[in-house]
Amino acid sequence: MTTASDPYVLNIGPQHPSTHGVFRLRVVMDGEHLQDVDMVVGYLHRSMEKLAEERTYAQNIPFTDRTDYLAAMSNNLGYCLAAELLAGVEVPERASYLRVIFAELQRIASHSMANGTFINDAGAWQTPLMYMFREREKILDLFEMTCGARLTTNYMRIGGVAFEPPPEFYPAVDALVAELPDRIGEYTELLVDNEILLARARDVGVLSPADAINASITGPVLRASGVPWDLRKAEPYCAYDRFDFGIPVGHHGDCYDRFLVRLEEMRQSVRIIRQALDGLPSGAHKTEIPLALRPEPGEAYARVEGPRGELGFYVVSDGGPAPFRFHIRAPSLINLSLLREMAVGSSLPDAIVTLGSLDIVVGEIDR
Amino acid sequence: MSAALDPIRLRARLAPRTLARGVIAFAAFVALNVAIAALVVSGALDGEWYDFRDLGLGVQQLREWLDEQTADQPGWLTDILRSTTWLSYLVTALLGATGILSFVGGVLLVLIWVERRLIGRIQVRRGPNRVGPFGLLQPVADAIKLIQKETLIPVGADRVMFFLPPVLVFIPGLLVWAPVPWAPHMTYVDTNVGVLYLVAIGSLATLAIFMAGWSSNNHYALLGAMRTVAMMISYEIPLALSLLTVVVLTGSAQLSAIVEWQSVHNVWIVVLLPLTLFTFFFASTAELNRTPNDIAEAESEIVAGFHTEYSGMKFGLFYAVELGNAVAVSALTAALFLGGWSMFGLQEWVPAYLLFATKVAAVYFVLVWLRGTLPRFRLDQLMAFAWKYLIPLALLNLGVVAIEAALFRRWEGEGVVVLGGFALANGLLTVVAVRGWARFLGYAPEREPLLRPTLTTGVGGLRAVDRMRTTR
Repeated sequence: MTTASDPYVLNIGPQHPSTHGVFRLRVVMDGEHLQDVDMVVGYLHRSMEKLAEERTYAQNIPFTDRTDYLAAMSNNLGYCLAAELLAGVEVPERASYLRVIFAELQRIASHSMANGTFINDAGAWQTPLMYMFREREKILDLFEMTCGARLTTNYMRIGGVAFEPPPEFYPAVDALVAELPDRIGEYTELLVDNEILLARARDVGVLSPADAINASITGPVLRASGVPWDLRKAEPYCAYDRFDFGIPVGHHGDCYDRFLVRLEEMRQSVRIIRQALDGLPSGAHKTEIPLALRPEPGEAYARVEGPRGELGFYVVSDGGPAPFRFHIRAPSLINLSLLREMAVGSSLPDAIVTLGSLDIVVGEIDR
Repeated sequence: MSAALDPIRLRARLAPRTLARGVIAFAAFVALNVAIAALVVSGALDGEWYDFRDLGLGVQQLREWLDEQTADQPGWLTDILRSTTWLSYLVTALLGATGILSFVGGVLLVLIWVERRLIGRIQVRRGPNRVGPFGLLQPVADAIKLIQKETLIPVGADRVMFFLPPVLVFIPGLLVWAPVPWAPHMTYVDTNVGVLYLVAIGSLATLAIFMAGWSSNNHYALLGAMRTVAMMISYEIPLALSLLTVVVLTGSAQLSAIVEWQSVHNVWIVVLLPLTLFTFFFASTAELNRTPNDIAEAESEIVAGFHTEYSGMKFGLFYAVELGNAVAVSALTAALFLGGWSMFGLQEWVPAYLLFATKVAAVYFVLVWLRGTLPRFRLDQLMAFAWKYLIPLALLNLGVVAIEAALFRRWEGEGVVVLGGFALANGLLTVVAVRGWARFLGYAPEREPLLRPTLTTGVGGLRAVDRMRTTR
């Protein structure tokens, strides 16, 4: 008697606990061994880039909140930088500092979420996620205090920021900045060098530096692969050239390094926030610009180091009140592009951990 | 401000009235205990049916009384059954079964709450606290919800095979409680092959789980079922070997006799056989599908494993059995390794079954703690751990303990000295074997230093990578 076995095709998603949204992973397996991985995206497509061509420059800011809903501040910032570049708007010093503070708070919140869900994908029963939610919650409280919203902040404006933070913001953020290193130390104690986590994530989903550069992967995934590249250093925007901070660079390029890099970036963000708070200049928080901004015909591309990588906004003006073309370079989508190379040949649990370590946000992939 | 920033305040304020109530309750508790102590010391309880320290005595006397009543009044049932003691047999069997069922049922309801509260506290949140006092009625609300829900049957499912598993899984979950010794005379089926019975019952559920996974006509369910079978078969072996080690040392497979042995020698087996507890407990977590070994229903990978397609109370049964098995394993650990109902003479004072329940709760707490803390292994890592690590260790342990048991039979007289020597030797063996065997298999964390990410301030491309690699 002969037995034959067909490959086992499994659709992970679009509704699945570890796809972090509506994203489909079509895997072909032999037992638990992955032979092929297909990524199917598009379930969350909301046609934001097209919609943006019908709206004025200021009206487009809320759209950027809704692409990467875990890092609304960074998205606001990237778009506003592009629009300012296009229209030639000067930003006051104080606004730049406030932008840095909020972008870095957002980075901590986003990395908390990323690390928490990563450990969740590795099988811990929600505990690290809940720990990290605790800090994220406080950061979101700060956002709410300042601009009234927690997730879709819509805080940055072309020419500055929407509001001056209220007086109670400063003691709260001081307390948080004082507390965060201890909290990050707590995660380190619980998770770093955990034997099970090491067994699950070390040498899993390895990405070589050359591959990462060729696929134009950015952000913590790139840095974990060993490439020292961070737009805050390479092409400083806002006031980043005035702060003293380091960029963590991994040595293995595996899932565990991505986790460690994110953890270290949280620490560095705390450093940046502290310096920015200490050096916060006085002055206006915003340049007044016409409500219906009509930039000269031309194009502009501005990029920021978002929590997930290089977040670029390409805006073309034809002289009208709305952008002629609006495009987002979404780091999640590009970081995801090498998942097949990382996952094929490993097993299903490894693929899940790898996907978790890439920290995708489907709202940003599909836009 | 800080209150607004701190949504979860874990510290409750102690009001004077609460304090006063606490003091009064404590005083009443002490008074009650003094009264009980006086009762125990006076010897009024010894051997009477109302001896609350051992409910088995009452049942025993009830049985004798029934036998007396029926002995000289043979009826037609006696003729058919050819036994004059059938009534006492039937009555006590029903009593015991009712006791076990009500205990398991009650424990399942309470422990869902306990587990969720404990995990809530581990995860810096409160856990269920809305339904009833302290959220105690939450499991009841959950059960009502599950019973009300429609049971969906997937298209293409094998209907008979789909309906059977929740039932089939539930039966061994109850049967496993039969030989558990609660107190000196409180064992439902005090069989002399108790340990063998446990191994047999423990492996019954595997078939039901595979049926569930196969009949669901779902890819995740099938994957989960395959994982379960692979894992359960692997972990049966270290589990059985660890149980065998205990049997070899104590010379009996009767659970009550094993507890009696620990009581007589005034020692818990965990002191004598730490390595056995390690292999037993780890293998049990695998059998129980609990973290770090919950790969059969790994949520992040295969959604819910074999019970992905089950809804309503059918899912509820799987869930309840899982919890019940965790309690059963805690009970076995308590009986086999932690002295069961014996507590160095304290069982003369405190009802033995309460001592036993306390130990069960302690072991269960460890299980919840593990679940709340650890990530999950991968399937191949678990298999490798069973076959390369646990089984050799369990075998080695069994050999050593067999020699020790033979020595112990010879030098029974010097119990304390011999057992002390064994405890030392086995403790040493545990440390050496656990570490040494890991080394032998190639685990050497210090040989490969754990590189942390380096902090840099310069940026660059591939050339910078090479520079960093050479200078690290």
